[in-house]
Amino acid sequence: MTTSTRPARRRPAAPRRPGDLAFAGLSLGSASLILLVLAGVAFFLAREGVPALTADPEEVTGGAGFGRYVLPLVIGTVISSVIAMVVATPVAVGIALFISHYAPRRVGTAVGFVVDLLAAVPSVVFGMWGLAVLAPQLGPLFGWLERNLGFLPFFGEASATGRTLLTASIVLAVMILPIITSVSREVFLQTPRLHEEAALALGATKWEMIRTAVLPFGTPGVVGGTMLGLGRALGETMAVAIILAPGALSWNLLGSGNKTIPSEIALNFPEAAGLRLSELIAAGLVLFLITLAVNLVARWIVARRAAFSGAGG
Amino acid sequence: MSKRIDVKDLDIYYGDFQAVRGVGMTIEPRSVTAFIGPSGCGKSTFLRTLNRMHEVIPGARVEGEVLIDGQNLYGRDVDPVDVRRQVGMVFQRPNPFPTMSIKENVLAGLRLNARRLSGRAADELAERALRGANLWNEVKDRLDKPGSGLSGGQQQRLCIARAIAIQPEVILMDEPCSALDPISTLAIEDLINELKSDYTVVIVTHNMQQAARVSDRTGFFNLKETGQPGELVEYDSTQTIFNNPRQKATEDYISGRFG
Amino acid sequence: MSAPLRPAPPVVPPPPPSRLRDVEGLVLSPLRPTTRRPAVLVGSLSVLLTVGLWLGDLHPGAAVAAGALTHLVLLYAVYRVLGGHRVAVDHVMRALVHLAFGLALLPLVSLLWTVLTLGGGRGFDPQFLWQTMNGVTGLHDQAYAEGRGDFVGGAFHAIVGTLVITGLATLISVPVGLFTAIYLVEYAAGNRLSSAVRFLVDVMTGIPSIVAGLFAFALFAQIFGLRDAKMGLAGAVALSVLMIPTVVRNSEEMLRIVPNELREASLALGVPKWRTIARIVLPTAASGLASGITLAVARVIGETAPLLVAVGYARALSWNPFEGPMNTLAVYAYFMFTKPLSPAVREPSLERAWAAALLLVLIVVALNLLARLIARLFAPKTGR
Repeated sequence: MTTSTRPARRRPAAPRRPGDLAFAGLSLGSASLILLVLAGVAFFLAREGVPALTADPEEVTGGAGFGRYVLPLVIGTVISSVIAMVVATPVAVGIALFISHYAPRRVGTAVGFVVDLLAAVPSVVFGMWGLAVLAPQLGPLFGWLERNLGFLPFFGEASATGRTLLTASIVLAVMILPIITSVSREVFLQTPRLHEEAALALGATKWEMIRTAVLPFGTPGVVGGTMLGLGRALGETMAVAIILAPGALSWNLLGSGNKTIPSEIALNFPEAAGLRLSELIAAGLVLFLITLAVNLVARWIVARRAAFSGAGG
Repeated sequence: MSKRIDVKDLDIYYGDFQAVRGVGMTIEPRSVTAFIGPSGCGKSTFLRTLNRMHEVIPGARVEGEVLIDGQNLYGRDVDPVDVRRQVGMVFQRPNPFPTMSIKENVLAGLRLNARRLSGRAADELAERALRGANLWNEVKDRLDKPGSGLSGGQQQRLCIARAIAIQPEVILMDEPCSALDPISTLAIEDLINELKSDYTVVIVTHNMQQAARVSDRTGFFNLKETGQPGELVEYDSTQTIFNNPRQKATEDYISGRFG
Repeated sequence: MSAPLRPAPPVVPPPPPSRLRDVEGLVLSPLRPTTRRPAVLVGSLSVLLTVGLWLGDLHPGAAVAAGALTHLVLLYAVYRVLGGHRVAVDHVMRALVHLAFGLALLPLVSLLWTVLTLGGGRGFDPQFLWQTMNGVTGLHDQAYAEGRGDFVGGAFHAIVGTLVITGLATLISVPVGLFTAIYLVEYAAGNRLSSAVRFLVDVMTGIPSIVAGLFAFALFAQIFGLRDAKMGLAGAVALSVLMIPTVVRNSEEMLRIVPNELREASLALGVPKWRTIARIVLPTAASGLASGITLAVARVIGETAPLLVAVGYARALSWNPFEGPMNTLAVYAYFMFTKPLSPAVREPSLERAWAAALLLVLIVVALNLLARLIARLFAPKTGR
C-alpha cells in the first residue's frame, strides 16, 4: 500500500496501538479459553471420577466394580438412542423433502419455523408430556405388540403404565427430529438445479427426480445429521429420567427396567455423596467420551461431503 | 423417430410478467432449427416450453398450443413427464449425475422408463447411445468410472448420449457449447449434424456462426425494449436469415450492430 | 408413432436405432397421464374411514394408522391401474412425505395443547407468579384439596433464579463467544490454532448438558469444597459451556457475510483494525449477532439437567448466585412433577409443574420470535 512511498520509515514504525493489542489479545484469549474449557471438562471429570475407578470393587454400587456398574447403563443409553435415531430419521427425511421439494416456498419456510420451535421446547417439558400424554396412549399399542409379536425377545410383558424404554425412545425421537431435519433440509436445498433438471428432462417423475438427483447428493449429509441426532439422544437426560421407570438391564422394551447414563446421574445426583458421587461423575465421563466419538464421526462425514461436493461441482 | 412441431400463438408468463409473446412457427422433422437473439429475449424460455421444462419454475405458465405431430403438449390429459421422455434436452452446462458411472449416466433415462432391463440389453443400448454421441471410442475402456472425470466437451457429449438413449422424438439444446472450448464445440457441432438424420434438433445459441454452420432454419428472437416480452421477429431458412433478412432488426443483429 | 417412411437406410456410422420397444431384454414401463382428482377421492375416503373407526370405538391412534395405511394402499392401487407403476410410486411417495410432515406436527400440537390446558390454570395466576415455595408443605396442599385452605406456593423464586443464572451465563458466553468469532474471522486467517478452535467448538456443541453440569460441579467442588459447591454461578458456568459454541457459530457466520469491501474501505482510510472491527464490522452484523445470541439464550434457558447437578434445588427466594442453591423454572417443574409435595394429593404440585412448563414454553417461543424479528427488522439495508 504505502511501501513505495516511504519504505524506510515504515519498517520500524508499525506501531502496535494499544487498542489493537487489546482487541487481538482479547480475541486470542477467548479462543484459547475454549481449548482450556474443553481440557477442563475432561480433567475435572477424570479427577473427581477416579476414586470410583480405583475403589474396591465391592464398594462400588452393584458390588462388582465400576465396569460392571456402568456397562448396563451404556447399553441402555445406546439402545434408546439407536431406537430414537431409527424412528426419527425417515420422518425427518420426509419433512426435509416436504420443505425442500414439495411444499410451496412460503409453506416450507413456515414449516421450517415450526420444526425449529420443536427444537426449542425444553427437554423437561418433553419429559412431562411423554409421561402424562404419550405413555398412557402407548399402553394399548404395547399390549397389542405383546399379544401379537410377543415371540420377539424385545416385546415381552407390557407395562401398564407405559413408563418403558420404548416410550422414552419415542420421545427422544421427537426431540432429535429437528436437528436431523434441518441438516437434511440444508443439503437437499443445495442439490444442484442442473442435476434436478437433467433428471426431469429424461422424463423422471418428481419422486424419480428426487431418487436420481437429490438423494444421492444428500445422503452423506443426511447420515451426518443422523449421527448428530444420535449424539444428542445419547446425552439427553430429562425426558428419560422422567419417563422411564428404571430397573435392571432387560431386553424387554415394553416393560419397566433399563437405565441410561444421563438419567442415572440426574436421578441419583441430588442425594449422592462420597464414592457414589465419584461413580456418577465417572459415568458422566464415559458418556462424554461416547458422545465425543459419535460427534467426531458425524463431523467427519459432513466435512467429507463438503469436500466431495466442492470438488465435484 | 422425429416429428414435426407446430407452435401456435404461444404466450409465456412468469406470474404476471409476460416473457414471450405470440410465437408461431413450424419446426421441420429431421432438421436443425436454431434460435438466436440477444440475452433475455426469451429464446431459452421458449425452448423450455417445448418440453414443459419451464414448469419447474413456480408461477410459469403458457397460453397457446404446441403440437407435436398434431398432439397438443398442453392438452388436458398430457403428463409433462411423458412429454419430457419424448422431447429430450441438453443443457447449457454439462450435467452428468456425479454419483453415477459413465455407463449408468447413459442408462439413467432407460432405468427410469424400463420395468426390466437385462444386462445384455443395457450394454447394447449404452454402446449404441455412446456411439450415437461420438463418445464410444473415448470412453469404452472406462465405462465404470464416474462421469465427472471426463473433460467438459466429453461430459456434454455424455449428456447427449444420455438424452438419445431413450430415443426421444425431438432433442432440445440450450446453448450446449457455451461452456466449452473451440475444439469441443466443433465436436458437438459435427455431432449435431449427424443427429439430424434421426432426430428433430432445436438449438438455442449465442453464437451466430454456430447457427449458420449447423442449422437448416433459424429463428431470430428480440424484444422491443427491456421489460417488454420477447417476440419471434423472423423465422426462415438459415440461408435467408443470414444473407437476405427481411426485417431491419434481424439485419442489424446479424451484422453485429447491436446485441 | 408413424411407420418409418425412410426410403433407404443411411450408411453413416450411428446405425439407425431400432425402436426401443423392439430391444430384447428391455421391457418398458409405460406411463399414462393422470390427474390429481383420484388422489383427492382416495384421501377423502381414507379420512372418512378414519373418522368411522374412531367413532366405532377404536383407539384414535390405531384409527389414524389404519386410515393412513388404507390411503397408501388404495392410492397405489388406483394409480397403478390409471397411470402405471411409476405414477403410482410417485403418488405414494408424495403421500408419505406429507404424512411425515403431519406426523411431526402431531407431537408439537399435542404438547402445546397439553401445556396450555394443564398449565393455563395457574400459569397466569399472579399469586403463582409472586409467591415462593418457602414454608409450603404437603399439608397446605392437602388442606387446599379438602377445601380448608387457599392454594399457596408459586414459582417466583424459580423465575428469579432462571433470570439470574441465564443472565450470568449470557454475560460470560457473549464476550467469550463473540471474541472467539472475531478471532476466527478477523485475526486468524486459517492458521493452525483457528482450525483447532473451530474443531473444538464443534466438539463442544456435542457435550451432553448433564456433562456440562458435572464439569461445573467438579470445578466448583475443587474451589469451594464439596459442601459449598452448589451455587447459581456454577449453573451459569455449566450453561456457558453449552452456550458458547452456539454463540461462536452464529456470530462467525454473521461476521463472515460482512462484505470485505467494507473492511478494506475503512482500513484504506487509515482506521486501525480494532476500530474497523468495532465501528464497521460489528455494527453491520449487529442484527444477525443479536438474533443469534437470542437463539442461544433460548436454547439454554430451559436446561434442567446441568442446573439440577450444579445448582441444586431451593424452596426460598435467593438473589445471590454466589452462595447456596437457587431454583429455576425447569428444575422447579421437574421436582414438582416427579416429587410432589404431598404424595397423597398430587394435583396441586402437578398444577405448579405444568404452570412452570407453560411459562418456560412461552419464554422460549417469545425468544425465538424475537430473534426472527430482530433479524428481519434490523437487517442491514444493503442486504447480501
